[in-house]
Amino acid sequence: MSIIYLTNIQAHSIERRVQLYMILKNNFSKTIALIVGTLLLLLCMGVSIVYGYANTSIQTTIESFTQFNQSNEHIIIQNVRIPRVLIATCVGASLAITGVLMQTLTKNPLASPGILGINAGAGFAVVFAMIFFHVSNLQSFAWIAFLGATIAALSVYGISSAGRDAVTPVKITLAGAAISALFASLTQGLLATNEAALEQVLFWLAGSVQGRKLEILLSVLPYLIIGWIAALLISSKMNILALGDDVARGLGLRLGFMKLMVGLIVILLAGGSVAIAGPIGFVGIVVPHFARKFVGTDHRWLIPMAALLGGILLLLADVTARYIIMPQEVPVGVMTAMIGTPFFIYLARKGGKK
Amino acid sequence: MTETLETKSLTLNYGDSNIIENLDLSIPMNEITVLIGANGCGKSTLLRSIARLLKPKHGSVLLDGQDIFKLSTKQVAKKLSILPQSPVAPEGLTVLQLVKQGRYPHQSWRKQWTEKDEEIVLNSLKATGVDHLQDKPVDELSGGQRQRAWIAMTLAQDTDIILLDEPTTYLDLTHQIEILDLLFELNQQQKRTIIMVLHDINLACRYADHIITVRDRGVFQQGRPEEIMTKTLVKHVFDLDCKMTNDPIFGTPLCIPFGKGRIIS
Amino acid sequence: MKNLKTIRLLQNKVSFLLDIKASKKLTLISIIALAVFLFSASFGDSFINPIKVLQVLIGNGSDFDQLIIVDFRMPRIFIAAFAGMALAVAGAILQGIIKNPLASPDLIGISAGGGAAVVGFLAMFSDSNHSLTVSIEWLPLAGFIGATIVGLIVYIFAWKDGVTPTRLVLIGIGVSAFMQAITTMLMIIGPIYQASEANKWITGSVKSADWSQVQIVVPLILILLLITFFITRQLNVQELGDDTAASLGQSVQKTRLFLLLLSSSLVASAISFAGAIGFVGLMAPHIARRIVGPSFGVLIPTSAAIGAILVMVADIIGRTAFNPLEVPAGVFTAAIGAPYFIYLLFRNPRK
Repeated sequence: MSIIYLTNIQAHSIERRVQLYMILKNNFSKTIALIVGTLLLLLCMGVSIVYGYANTSIQTTIESFTQFNQSNEHIIIQNVRIPRVLIATCVGASLAITGVLMQTLTKNPLASPGILGINAGAGFAVVFAMIFFHVSNLQSFAWIAFLGATIAALSVYGISSAGRDAVTPVKITLAGAAISALFASLTQGLLATNEAALEQVLFWLAGSVQGRKLEILLSVLPYLIIGWIAALLISSKMNILALGDDVARGLGLRLGFMKLMVGLIVILLAGGSVAIAGPIGFVGIVVPHFARKFVGTDHRWLIPMAALLGGILLLLADVTARYIIMPQEVPVGVMTAMIGTPFFIYLARKGGKK
Repeated sequence: MTETLETKSLTLNYGDSNIIENLDLSIPMNEITVLIGANGCGKSTLLRSIARLLKPKHGSVLLDGQDIFKLSTKQVAKKLSILPQSPVAPEGLTVLQLVKQGRYPHQSWRKQWTEKDEEIVLNSLKATGVDHLQDKPVDELSGGQRQRAWIAMTLAQDTDIILLDEPTTYLDLTHQIEILDLLFELNQQQKRTIIMVLHDINLACRYADHIITVRDRGVFQQGRPEEIMTKTLVKHVFDLDCKMTNDPIFGTPLCIPFGKGRIIS
Repeated sequence: MKNLKTIRLLQNKVSFLLDIKASKKLTLISIIALAVFLFSASFGDSFINPIKVLQVLIGNGSDFDQLIIVDFRMPRIFIAAFAGMALAVAGAILQGIIKNPLASPDLIGISAGGGAAVVGFLAMFSDSNHSLTVSIEWLPLAGFIGATIVGLIVYIFAWKDGVTPTRLVLIGIGVSAFMQAITTMLMIIGPIYQASEANKWITGSVKSADWSQVQIVVPLILILLLITFFITRQLNVQELGDDTAASLGQSVQKTRLFLLLLSSSLVASAISFAGAIGFVGLMAPHIARRIVGPSFGVLIPTSAAIGAILVMVADIIGRTAFNPLEVPAGVFTAAIGAPYFIYLLFRNPRK
């Protein structure tokens, strides 16, 4: 239940500072960075598979694929660890990509998919379905969450296009904050009157990659893949969008179409993520900043880099979540908030004079 | 009555770099002083430091011999006021409500509208020509009227010294002249010391008794416009080639920059 | 100076300028608030005729009516009203500091801090039988401490040569999310009744009000409101911007810190007993501004009155609309608040 309010704050100075300082300046080093990132991601996946309450080893992992016997370890690896790792990677990458898109679209360096009301809408839909339609299995939660996320995002979009001017970054941010708050309150209200529902849904609402079966990932995966490809396809146009509405229009970009596309991609990726793993915050906000530090603001590099870093972050958060209060587990959504907040505060302070 | 306003070994910085270094400056009283210089030369920074808004890295600003940072903000507020760049009034605040605020340093929680307050506020409204606008919200006024309302507020503060940071920058020519004329009158009639930053060299020459040119982390030259404004100075301070002549109406120095443009002879 | 009356008393020891139009509006709204206060006693599981309510209040009613009204309903109405006032005034103060009419106390982490403290309290003081080892009457104190401490933490983190409004809100958002995460975690690790209690508190409800709470809340909030009354001219100056405020001789940072503490205390007082009721701090000052204008002298009392009305009405709806289910007042303040917030956006194209 981590719902983040965002208002129209001119945090541009943060943006400027980060932009000016990019570690890797030429294409060669950026490519190396992407390769290193991929390797790092694979490493994290490996670590996440092997370590946990039941420690296994790389050898055992490989064996579980090639010579599967019904041993506990193999079962854990196949049914628990692998799905979890894959989910964490896909969700982390997707959230990071949506973070990049939202930050560019709303010109707010602290934007995240949450601001379109996606997390809050998903949460509300799930709780609503649970209480009034007695839905209780995870698979159904996934689709309902997706639906809720979509409705919320569409409402935010719809609201921001009503009113006097076009869909401005300001209006999106504020409309999203309002819708998020509304759904969050309604969700809390429903739960306040229904203790049983709270028990069932609490862990889901915190955001977790644990306990999901592979099937859930696989059913949502096509949407994620479409989202990823679409994001890569529009990455060069995003560079133009980043220059501001007026300049972009002057350069011939079809603004309405672009914004709609971004909206759809965000729904697919963030909606899909929340469908699988519940609402997870901070990945979308913080990862783009790191990615930008490494490869700058060219979206053609930024989007893949963010995806890699997002996967890495979520995997690390997940491993940490497993160890911190062993044998119990902290939901990964809580973990990302705890890791993410110090960075968030650091970023906010970096803003300098204003 | 304030007698002196000066800086001693003043060094101002922004991060690691010094904007103003080791400056000794004396501002003439009862005159209009204008600070001019290229973008980023530090004139606004200097003004803000004199206004007690920016703490110096080294050195001090002395008001009647006393370091203004050792005085309380209220004490300084009774002698010196500043109108910052682009001030913003809360939505719906009327002109009268704004100008009333100028009396803050002289008031307390139980004395918020003494007879003296009332008299000074009404006079300020009249002097700036906005008394017929007193019940209108500030954000509904035109640029020139709004600026006059803010000047009325600083007038109500009743200080000997008024500082203004680029008071005319976002105004069209008519309103620029309107404001500068007002300030000129306030200086002539009420003998208030006015120190401001202006961008337009020619308007500066027309209205200022004393010009201070800021460059290279310090003051290049200062003095009466007709004594110091030469094309060499303009070249040095602004890196601009020009021809200096005399304003046909006022006789004050007039700078005409070289460059492109249609030549009609 | 039409509509304005100069008031000078005690041989000029006291003087101020009164806005007559605004004062009339304030009086009207205060009367409405009082009326809502008296008649909300009519609503609940059973509807009691307002005349009977008045009789009880004079001391003349039936024992049964007396029980319901005085023992059950009045305490919660008191808390609803005072919480509403405190939240509204806190919001007004914050909007003055942050200079953004869309700022609200929910934003700077105070409510979330209170939530985390409440859950922490429930977690710490529960034994293995899932019952509280200390009286639940200490719960509000935990909420209060949590809220105030978090308010201070946010301020400290936001301090870098002073606190700018932007930084304050940004840090507030971050800390708020962090607190929410901790709250969630504590709710998950602990027994479910704890989560349920915590959740009710987080949503904002005056359900479990009783007279002992009223005895604490009312004087506390009254004192804070009184302090606020004396501070209004500082607020007016803060709103003009840091440079102008400094030019006028205000110690900008010191004043800001004091105002923040005041606002945090008001929020903390309200939410410790009534839970984290949202949107009141946003809506009430805003509505008040539209009615009486931005001068804090009238804005603060008007916001207070409107805040009280909002929470009392939300509580009435929560008690009656879904009988026998009791929906926390916080849900309705959100249900009204979010659309209002959206409406605000589109009336206000410039920001």
